[in-house]
Amino acid sequence: MTDAEDRLRDLLVRGQAGDAAAYRVFLKELTAHLRAFLRRRLSRLPDEVEDLVQEALLAVHNQRHTYDAGQPLTAWLHAIARYKLVDLLRRRARTDALNDPLGDATEFLAAADNDAADTRRDVAKLLDTLPDRQRLPIVHMKLTGLSVAETARLTGMSESAVKVNVHRGLKALAAKMRNEA
Amino acid sequence: MKTDDLVSLLATGAGAVDVRAPARRSIAAIVGGALVATILMALWLDVRPTLARDATLPLFWVKELFCVALAAAGLFAVARLARPGAAPGRLESLAVAPILAMWLLAAVVLAAAEPQDRTALIQGVSWAECPYNIAVLSVPVFAAIVWAMRGFAPTQLRRAGAAAGFAAGAIGALAYTLHCPELDPPFLAIWYVAGVLIPTVVGAIAGPRLLRW
Repeated sequence: MTDAEDRLRDLLVRGQAGDAAAYRVFLKELTAHLRAFLRRRLSRLPDEVEDLVQEALLAVHNQRHTYDAGQPLTAWLHAIARYKLVDLLRRRARTDALNDPLGDATEFLAAADNDAADTRRDVAKLLDTLPDRQRLPIVHMKLTGLSVAETARLTGMSESAVKVNVHRGLKALAAKMRNEA
Repeated sequence: MKTDDLVSLLATGAGAVDVRAPARRSIAAIVGGALVATILMALWLDVRPTLARDATLPLFWVKELFCVALAAAGLFAVARLARPGAAPGRLESLAVAPILAMWLLAAVVLAAAEPQDRTALIQGVSWAECPYNIAVLSVPVFAAIVWAMRGFAPTQLRRAGAAAGFAAGAIGALAYTLHCPELDPPFLAIWYVAGVLIPTVVGAIAGPRLLRW
């Protein structure tokens, strides 16, 4: 488990520094941990699990600047996953669906689950509801894989505007996910 | 969209993030909030004319040190609770320590005083306005701290709101010391603490609404 901690921390810190390949591996492995964590705690709401996995992933991505390398990664990840879980349960006012206490941070990386269920909400559809100034930079950069410079040329925005709009768009997407659930 | 596709979307083109910029912005905002509180104090309450003379008294510096210790504990808690994953407990003990020290000092002063002087040591001349003034001066600082925390990702919203209020109250109290005529520890132990606790309670109540993301 501490192996997972060290490994994932290294990947995230490299991701924070701009290593997209390391960051991709981090997110992939994190997905399995999130799924195991949430599936265990949402056993009465199995249909919610994959949606919440996606919501938590987006939360980790949007907040990745708040991870301080001096702090245990497990505690940071667990706090975000738990926050999103509690938020969901509060929204649904169905706290009785919890049949397992939320558990402590130390076990967060102890389990992994690679068996993805279907989602109920489609993030792609939510993406379509974003205003063009946010949607187009996300589509060009993050779905098509164009560079910041190419996206700037295609959209007529400055490069810094492209980055800001991708960032704002993903935050808006997170808010839409929360409101839709 | 499948989760694997979302992972791919998030990872693609994910450039470097500046992990220091939010902290820099926060420090600037909180310094700005403290300046606004000080200007507000100067315009609304006036800097005390005898301040230069008071600054030669040890008890004046006890008061300053008390407020600085509260502010430091509050800001440390704010910095910790702005990020996900703060452990429970320790931050609160850090904030309570200066208060306990001041209570101890107040108890010693009261015990040593003549019984007929004790009421004056506790009430001073301004007990009725002191907590209110501190709470008012904390408002700009509280706004700055909440704005700063929203650039992070607090996950314990009540605790984070309380920390924001506590730090704002302590900085408001620090600004208020430039106006306040009181130096006696029993006064500080009660009315200054009350002034800091007002924004703390407000922060705990408003935290979930102000800080959720």
